[in-house]
Amino acid sequence: MEITPDTSNYMIAGFAVTFITMGIYIVSLYLRSRNLKQDIETLESMQNEKPKSTK
Amino acid sequence: MQTKPIALKILDVVSIILLAISTYLALFFAPMELVMGQVQRVFYFHIGTAWVGLLGFVIAALTGIVYLITKDMKWDRFGVAAVEVSTVFFFLTIVLGSIWARPAWNTWWTWDPRLTTAAVTELIYVAYFMLRQGIDDPEKRARFGAVYTLLGGVSAPITFMVIRLFRTIHPVIVGAANANQEKMSMTGDMKIAFFFALFAFTIIFIDLIWHRVRLGGLEDKVEQLKLKVSM
Repeated sequence: MEITPDTSNYMIAGFAVTFITMGIYIVSLYLRSRNLKQDIETLESMQNEKPKSTK
Repeated sequence: MQTKPIALKILDVVSIILLAISTYLALFFAPMELVMGQVQRVFYFHIGTAWVGLLGFVIAALTGIVYLITKDMKWDRFGVAAVEVSTVFFFLTIVLGSIWARPAWNTWWTWDPRLTTAAVTELIYVAYFMLRQGIDDPEKRARFGAVYTLLGGVSAPITFMVIRLFRTIHPVIVGAANANQEKMSMTGDMKIAFFFALFAFTIIFIDLIWHRVRLGGLEDKVEQLKLKVSM
């Protein structure tokens, strides 16, 4: 009878890579979104100040 | 500032629950495969990520066509979102396949037709982002991107079909294999884990695309504001 090999380490590595990669991507989406919102706030305030400075 | 829609919040929660259930089914519900052992359990995520990876590349090609016809930037945002999310999932497909291959084939990588076409497909879409980075004009960038995804989209069906057309060591999961190929057989519980993983990754894919489309909207707004401020 054939013995089933112990490949548990590979399985753990596979699931770990999956969750870590998905986690990194979700964090990157969050960080990019947060940075863009900050950029929008800064640019909008710059745009509002612009007409005053040109007077 | 745009607020997150309730439907997206619900989809976030549903995605997390589905991923948790899919993980449970893959790890505990499905029986252990006797030839390969525990590593076979990564197969459920390998197929789930491959499905949404290739689906996204096809969707990007279709949105590319719609953009070229309508010239509406929302289709460009949608195409970018589909490519980005699919590139992440397809990267996972390749890595999971490699982890599976080590104990099954005694090597991390071999230049088998399926593995080669998968690697080429992934590189095509990594290059897509490099191409976009190099173009400043938004309309020109969207037009080039649309044509690129249209041409690159051909790689998705080729990657899917290559194990049915050429002699390869990669097992065939969906559809009939030819006489030289290994056809993977699954028990009833394995099929439940398999189809649930396909469903779960499809919902997660939709959720991530929605988030990425919203991010694209913010990117466009920043670009427009920069132009206004610099004038």
